[in-house]
Amino acid sequence: MSERLSVLKTYKLYVGGKFPRSESGRVYEVTDAKGKWLANAPLSSRKDARDAVVAARKAFGGWSGATAYNRGQILYRIAEMLEGRREQFVSEVADAEGLSKSKAAAQVDAAIDRWVWYAGWSDKIAQIAGGANPVAGPYFNLSTPEPTGVVAVLAPQESSFLGLVSVIAPAIVTGNTVVVVAGEKAPLPALSLAEVLATSDLPGGVVNVLSGRTAEIAGPLAAHQDVNAIDLAGVSGDAEEATALETAAADNLKRVLRPQAVDWAADPGTGRMLAFLETKTVWHPMGV
Amino acid sequence: MPMEKQAFEYAPAPESRAVIDIAPSYGLFIDGEFAEAADGKVFKTVSPANEEVLSEVAQAGTADVERAVKAARKAFEKWSALPGAERAKYLFRIARIIQERSRELAVLESLDNGKPIKESRDADLPLVAAHFFYYAGWADKLGHAGLGPDPKPLGVAGQVIPWNFPLLMLAWKIAPALACGNTVVLKPAETTPLSALFFADICRQAGLPKGVVNILTGDGSTGAELVAHPDVNKVAFTGSTEVGKAIARTVAGTDKKLTLELGGKAANIVFDDAPIDQAVEGIVNGIFFNQGHVCCAGSRLLVQESVQDEVLDALKRRMQTLRVGDPLDKNTDIGAINSAEQLGRIKELAAAGEAEGAERWAPACELPGEGYWFAPTLFTGVTQAHRIAREEIFGPVLSVLTFRTPEEAVAKANNTPYGLSAGIWTEKGSRSLWMAGKLRAGVIWSNTFNKFDPASPFGGYKESGFGREGGRHGLEAYLNV
Amino acid sequence: MHNRPTAGVSCHYARRYAPLVTMPTTVPAYGKEAAGRLATMADVTADDRALRRFLHGLPGVDAVGLQARAAALGTRSIKNTAKAYAIDLAISMIDLTTLEGADTPGKVRALCAKGVNPDPTDRTVPKVAAICVYPDMVATAKDALGTSGIHVASVATAFPAGRAALPVKLADTRDAVAAGADEIDMVIDRGAFLSGRYLEVFEEIRAVKEACVRGDGSAAHLKVIFETGELQTYDNVRRVSWLAMLAGADFIKTSTGKVGVNATPPVTLLMLEAVRDFHAQLGVQVGVKPAGGIRTSKDAIKYLVMVNETLGEEWLTADWFRFGASSLLNDLLMQRQKLGTGRYSGPDYVTVD
Repeated sequence: MSERLSVLKTYKLYVGGKFPRSESGRVYEVTDAKGKWLANAPLSSRKDARDAVVAARKAFGGWSGATAYNRGQILYRIAEMLEGRREQFVSEVADAEGLSKSKAAAQVDAAIDRWVWYAGWSDKIAQIAGGANPVAGPYFNLSTPEPTGVVAVLAPQESSFLGLVSVIAPAIVTGNTVVVVAGEKAPLPALSLAEVLATSDLPGGVVNVLSGRTAEIAGPLAAHQDVNAIDLAGVSGDAEEATALETAAADNLKRVLRPQAVDWAADPGTGRMLAFLETKTVWHPMGV
Repeated sequence: MPMEKQAFEYAPAPESRAVIDIAPSYGLFIDGEFAEAADGKVFKTVSPANEEVLSEVAQAGTADVERAVKAARKAFEKWSALPGAERAKYLFRIARIIQERSRELAVLESLDNGKPIKESRDADLPLVAAHFFYYAGWADKLGHAGLGPDPKPLGVAGQVIPWNFPLLMLAWKIAPALACGNTVVLKPAETTPLSALFFADICRQAGLPKGVVNILTGDGSTGAELVAHPDVNKVAFTGSTEVGKAIARTVAGTDKKLTLELGGKAANIVFDDAPIDQAVEGIVNGIFFNQGHVCCAGSRLLVQESVQDEVLDALKRRMQTLRVGDPLDKNTDIGAINSAEQLGRIKELAAAGEAEGAERWAPACELPGEGYWFAPTLFTGVTQAHRIAREEIFGPVLSVLTFRTPEEAVAKANNTPYGLSAGIWTEKGSRSLWMAGKLRAGVIWSNTFNKFDPASPFGGYKESGFGREGGRHGLEAYLNV
Repeated sequence: MHNRPTAGVSCHYARRYAPLVTMPTTVPAYGKEAAGRLATMADVTADDRALRRFLHGLPGVDAVGLQARAAALGTRSIKNTAKAYAIDLAISMIDLTTLEGADTPGKVRALCAKGVNPDPTDRTVPKVAAICVYPDMVATAKDALGTSGIHVASVATAFPAGRAALPVKLADTRDAVAAGADEIDMVIDRGAFLSGRYLEVFEEIRAVKEACVRGDGSAAHLKVIFETGELQTYDNVRRVSWLAMLAGADFIKTSTGKVGVNATPPVTLLMLEAVRDFHAQLGVQVGVKPAGGIRTSKDAIKYLVMVNETLGEEWLTADWFRFGASSLLNDLLMQRQKLGTGRYSGPDYVTVD
């Protein structure tokens, strides 16, 4: 009996809740750690980046306006959906990062748990980051954190799934929408994650996933006037590129999270959430 | 029986200049001592109300920046190691001395800046002292600030401040920096250097260790050198968005932590159910406070069409009672424009407003012959496309636009690259909260405007900058978190 | 730049509350023409519901903002010539008052003498505006004041509580008018106002106004006391101000002086604003009288600044602004002496009456 011929997946981008090919029609070869061909991934262009920003901006009002409880439920739903496709991601991460199945499984499990951790933060971060300010006058004065807006996220190159989740989840749990540039060499877990996101009640456009050359897409995103913040995790090995991107980001005063050495397995803390929050302070007189 | 009727003219009520002794020249304050600039350069500072030269101050150059940063670095070791409670006591001392010398400092501020004495006396100085009091109390409680159990200072802070609230902006910068254990090199604005130099003297009176606070007077080039200095760990800037962007580019790729408090074009939104008399006061306070030299000024009035006439009539009537003139007169509401350069910019934008078809109005108003003056002015018939609706004028010029629905008000209010502040006037609580949620700005004043407090975080969204000053949030800018 | 009262009349609340009215001129509330102006607002006073709708449709008052504005006006620094002017103006605006159960004709006559000639050492001091007494002292006061030109004001309508039947209140008023009162200071029924029976309050004021008419067709001027300390909220103060003015008040007055909280700068400012808006809409000029608690020259001058910057100089006469006070006069006199001599005066240099 001959072996059944498997059906290969065509990996696509995830933009505005849809799965388009790159408008450029380009793809690039993705190989495993040993150089074996795994799939062709879309090679995104700057126009794909532009479309993704439009989608993210469009989604921002609804997502930032959703209740924190609702966002938490959806992040938890993502964890649930991932749990069901655990084996697929273990396999993809093992291929992508050259890990044993058990090590890859540890990465995937940690990533699922990370969604759960951030899901719980949705309706607590405001209590940590905001609060009443006792001003010296008859005023009710309250500071609350609000999402910055559209965040461009350059996903880490070295951790295709746990690192990826660790940069997406903290940005979106507070109400930002993101354009994620997947790790250049190992984009497949990111592109598969998009399929999970699409079936987790996450509104289209909240997370947009691009694959391709980080250097090609990052520049236009860093310079984009309708992007409010940028996470440079994906260029942590390249100080020159990071400086260039931060310089470009200054044109509209994006909030910049500089690249830094991160142990993705460690307790993430609140830093990545706080990096993409604004503090809004409201005053109102108190009187009869 | 009624008396012969005559006008109730307020006689001049000048605050005395005798409380203050301005030296003919001042040096840089580096490592606890005043010293001339290495290259001996100086510049003059004038009173904008009459162009009188008040003093001559040193122009810090490269060598001076180097020396000041070095002094701050050296002082950092001991200062950061001091128990928080001890740092607190220095800050409390400073706060107290500011209170004691507040009249002197208020007069100085009005002379050098041109702002009315009633504002420097009743707003600036009380807030300056309060800011030091507030952050003094944090110095030994940093582990409880929700920023980690043992947050550490950053090192040397390079701070550049504007001319609109010279001493208050100094307080916003220096108080949290010192409380957190940093040392500072601060550059006051070119046109308003004096109060920072008086503050240097207060540091000496308080016995503050040498090098913890260094003051470098100079122009933009001094500030640029300071923020670019490789041994500065933290850059804090308040000023124009244009310069803020340049600074952001300068620090790109470094480890320097950056906070920016930049321009604004705030919408002050008046609904038809507003408490009209108080709204009018809020509009006036929003745009004419400090001659409109306020980054969070309510420079765009968005008034609901159904009350446009009523509000504008009341506003014009109220504007007729504003008293423009001598900053040292206790009855002056609007003082002098800070500099000839700023006056030029205001005039240019006002001219653009007329040229683009907006209708200009100002109360009959006699302006002094000398100095830099601009009458309180409003433009009606302004649209979002006009320059005076988009560009920060930073002067006593109000652009009036209208809206029909809350959604339209939000859309117009947010339609700007800035996002520093906004005002909402309505008696309906749910609408006020809904609006507050929708507006993309760091400070929302609902049924009030231009209120400040050391406990309340201040800072913007979008191109109005990032980071917060004031409150618990203000600590983050000066700690390694 | 100084305040110039609005020339002519714009239509401030017209859009929301009434048909557009444009009055070419200003008429005094006590004049014959005022009634015609008020009649144009008949629709809002037609019944309880219409009146409530109107009063509740007035713009709200933000307490903190109002207080801040009053405090800011209080920081005006009035010196030298301005101060001298303000002190004399304040003296001329005083309703010199004695409203005690222990009042006697002797006490009232002494007060009248003081009102005519406040400082026996200085004949340039202006007279006060009026002497304010209980109805049974009106005749005594009238007699003592003679041809001085000083008015006699009488409280009436079961002052200060106002808790009596309407016929009693009207009889009280007619009695005072018959005794020669030039002005009647009535109290409103705060109970009725607070329980929302606005039309009842309105009708009562109208009835008292009618009772102020003398046999010859002339009338005593009517001041309507709100007792703002009992009304509690600023919104109530604005509403009651409009209600009283619509009912024909010639003056609106803060307080009786008999409760814990009397005239305050914010309440007075709010009433001045109501008068300003009423004038803007109807062209009818109404006076304002803060009463109770104003004891120092400094305080009095703050009130004059408020008038100056809210209503303008048209109101800066005893015809349109009064202080209900007793001890204020001596403080004004001492300040006046200080301005004249450069030395601080003391209570032994003014008369105790």
